[in-house]
Amino acid sequence: MAMEILYFAWVRQKVGQGAETLEPPAEVADVAGLMRWLAARSPGHAAAFAQPGQIRAAVNQEFCPPDHPVRPGDEVAFFPPVTGG
Amino acid sequence: MATVRVQEAPFDIAAEQAALAEGRVDVGGIAAFTGLCRADDGIAALVLEHYPGMTERALAGIAAEAEARWPLTGCTVIHRVGRILPGEPIVLVLAASAHRTAALEACAFLIDWLKTGAPFWKREEFADGRERWVEARASDDAAAERWRQAV
Repeated sequence: MAMEILYFAWVRQKVGQGAETLEPPAEVADVAGLMRWLAARSPGHAAAFAQPGQIRAAVNQEFCPPDHPVRPGDEVAFFPPVTGG
Repeated sequence: MATVRVQEAPFDIAAEQAALAEGRVDVGGIAAFTGLCRADDGIAALVLEHYPGMTERALAGIAAEAEARWPLTGCTVIHRVGRILPGEPIVLVLAASAHRTAALEACAFLIDWLKTGAPFWKREEFADGRERWVEARASDDAAAERWRQAV
């Protein structure tokens, strides 16, 4: 089963799309691993994930640290630190 | 009982305040915070993006945390998205309680946590066509952290 990957703000602009449905290989086990795998998909992805420390993530709509596991069926979002209010 | 909304349209502060008091006589005070769009560096507009679904969940969670910490009779969080011009309102936070201290503290908590705990992003647009994403501020993290330590 696939993962729904979402991008927001400048991460979305650099990747060039807001969402994609992907099936990462089994060795992609956590948020950090997913970021490394995504970075190899295109020059836009590489630019978006060039500095992983600037990216925040949410798994199934909850903020998560880089070592949080990801599983098939998850909704995983990547974005810069939030700036609302 | 919290009201949480994400919308493009402006909000009516008087109507939202009235809704918190309507039909009850135990509300002694309603604290309000309205965030407005500043024209920093001559920006022409702010464009606010959010994560539909997660935003509403995050705001409801923040409101529930405020209701757990203070004896509120109600609270309201309304955040606008889309294109917002300098001088226009962006966000409204209301906290109602029998007494002012709970209302004022909960209102400050809500806006501090919203700034670091809800998935919104601001992009600045300039008259000459340039645009720039607003960067997160360490002072906002510090303001939110103040409430974490207060637990």
